[in-house]
Amino acid sequence: MELQGAEALIKSLKNEGVEVVFGYPGGAVLTLYDALYKAQFPHVLTKHEQGAVHAADGYARATGKVGVCIATSGPGATNLITGIATAYMDSVPLVAITGQVGVCLIGKDSFQEADICGITTPISKHNYLVKKIEDLPRVIKEAFYIARTGRPGPVVIDIAKDVFAATLDYSYPDSVNLRGYRPTFGGDPASIDLVAEEIKKAQRPLLFVGGGVNISSMATDFRKLVKMTGMPVVSSLMGLGVIDGDAPEHLGMVGMHGTYSANMATVECDLLIGIGVRFDDRVTGSVEDFAPKAKIIHFDIDPAEINKNVRADLKVVGDLMWSLPLLFEKVANLGLDWSGHLEVWNRQLTAWKQEKPMTYQKRDGIIMPQEVIAKVSELAKDAIIVTDVGQHQMWAAQFYQFHGERTFLTSGGLGTMGYGLPAAIGAQVGLPRKPVIVFSGDGGIMMNCQEMATAADNGFPIKIIVMNNQVLGMVSQWQRLFYGERYSHTLIKGRTDFVKLAEAMGVTGMRVTNPEELEATLVAALETEGPVLVDIALPSDEDVLPMVPPGGCLDKMILGEC
Amino acid sequence: MKYTLAVLVENRPGVLTHISGLISRRAFNIESIAAGHSEEADTTRITIDVEVDGELELEQVVNQLSKLVDVIKIVNLTPVDHIERELAMIKVKASKVNRSDLVDIVEIFRAKIVDVNRETMVIELTGEETKIDALCEVLVDFGIIEIVRTGKIALSRGPLAAKEM
Ligand SMILES: Cc1ncc(C[n+]2csc(CCOP(=O)(O)OP(=O)(O)O)c2C)c(N)n1
Repeated sequence: MELQGAEALIKSLKNEGVEVVFGYPGGAVLTLYDALYKAQFPHVLTKHEQGAVHAADGYARATGKVGVCIATSGPGATNLITGIATAYMDSVPLVAITGQVGVCLIGKDSFQEADICGITTPISKHNYLVKKIEDLPRVIKEAFYIARTGRPGPVVIDIAKDVFAATLDYSYPDSVNLRGYRPTFGGDPASIDLVAEEIKKAQRPLLFVGGGVNISSMATDFRKLVKMTGMPVVSSLMGLGVIDGDAPEHLGMVGMHGTYSANMATVECDLLIGIGVRFDDRVTGSVEDFAPKAKIIHFDIDPAEINKNVRADLKVVGDLMWSLPLLFEKVANLGLDWSGHLEVWNRQLTAWKQEKPMTYQKRDGIIMPQEVIAKVSELAKDAIIVTDVGQHQMWAAQFYQFHGERTFLTSGGLGTMGYGLPAAIGAQVGLPRKPVIVFSGDGGIMMNCQEMATAADNGFPIKIIVMNNQVLGMVSQWQRLFYGERYSHTLIKGRTDFVKLAEAMGVTGMRVTNPEELEATLVAALETEGPVLVDIALPSDEDVLPMVPPGGCLDKMILGEC
Repeated sequence: MKYTLAVLVENRPGVLTHISGLISRRAFNIESIAAGHSEEADTTRITIDVEVDGELELEQVVNQLSKLVDVIKIVNLTPVDHIERELAMIKVKASKVNRSDLVDIVEIFRAKIVDVNRETMVIELTGEETKIDALCEVLVDFGIIEIVRTGKIALSRGPLAAKEM
């Protein structure tokens, strides 16, 4: 079949099952946009390319499908960079398609030329520059395959402008032939026998669940294991949702802002089983003092994660779809009396939970940020929660009771402010019937506030909660604790009226300052059709606690009043 | 510790960008890197000398490099019986007076003179790095004008090819 490059691209997207793309047009992709127009291919026009890439990311995280975004060459493509890096750090399957200047203009500093492959090499799983039309179908096939298999990640396809206009006899390959890319699926079953042995021997075992379980959609299997054994669980930020927030075995998030019981359990356990985690420094604190009494077992699909940050005593390399069911089977075969086996340990865990539960000090006449999150958690149990980065993100992690995988979308690895709003749009596009709620700060919302217009123009009914503390809260917290209260450029003293800003873009705006009106306002916001922004006035000086000072040991927490 | 790796990669544009990008991002300590064609038209072979603290760090280097889609195979040649060579060309001042001294040195090192003119000569030497270092040191007294070295390449002894190891 004779097709133009742009048509071949769209046909290939259809072959890959792509239902929608997020993008922004420009000179180098004009031919592609012409073909999108003719094919009536579903496309969400954001207001900024950063919005498009975060939306594709949110779509991918919420649905598990590959997110696709499109940008033009030069500035369009460089506007994607933060989003590509964000997706890379959190292993999100993404295909970013960028236009490049014409083949004979490459390397001449031509108008709107930027070396996108050069720029994205350290922040993408793989990238391609397509200069020949014959390569296009194969490259697209490979890009989607690489993005979604193994440890997922973003793949960039930079396509020279003339390739879109050239023609080829189109056929889409059925399979890929990549000699250097053979993602791990099954590993060594004997390694899991060893794990079962360790579990049998352990007096104080602890499961440490991470984003890998969300990514591989293995929450059900993980829960089965927890249910059978009663082994306690701590979560990384990215692992939240895998196990219900209120499950008795769940101690909560571990790490810098982890719960007291989760952090103490990590320090005291004699067996730590990390599943789909990467032992980020925000989890471990001082690596030398991390889980000092424990044998460490590491389950991961990516061999390069093993021994990268924390030395593992045992490794199980493979897809969790392979290893978790096998682990369940072998642990079941141990035939242990679990409640007797874990009795002493469980008593200790319960004591820690009771000693320092996750709470906060209320203040008279003032809405507390934790209260907002807890309220939303009550009112919207089955929502997809998206956050920006900062204090509100940590409070969401601590006080929202997550139920289910892929229900918490947050930029964990890169910590990208401005992620929340566009990612929520992507999640809503992927799951049109789900309530999608984004918590943002008065700092972060401004980073991509233009995307409120995208939500309004398309009628995406996302609910935006601006946790307005008048400060760049997380940074000001560090200044309060570690920089002698010198609040260098973190007191916003903003004059922006977020309600008016929302209304100006076509989003319903609401404001609440009085704790007595909090619930009613939230209910009203959730019940209002279409996109809504709620501006919530909060104190400026509240700290996220507990806090392990950076590089510290997990049992040395600043606890304050909590 | 120094390790020598044979890295087989796709012979495609962008491959060297991906490899050098990874090396700098992960701050690997690469002492030498040499790339060229291999016995297969679509495969490039790169010899990398990497300085690491021990086996664990080496495992990181190998695992990270293996993650690159273009990297087909990595073989650690260090524990394997293998041959290492580097090629150097050295342009050195050579006047009528000292030319014969130079010829003697070239002979001792089993090097070759590949260009001579009234003022200089170019000496070519193939050998292990230490041998090339030694020649360079001796030639310093004559006045070295420029040196070019290929970086180390390595090949195992015995019948097996790296792709089969
Ligand atoms: C793009 C980007 N720039 C800067 C930072 C550093 N940073 C982390 S949290 C934070 C403050 C966020 O303030 P706000 O959005 O008001 O949220 P809060 O912490 O008050 O909840 C900043 C500036 C970042 N994470 N991302």
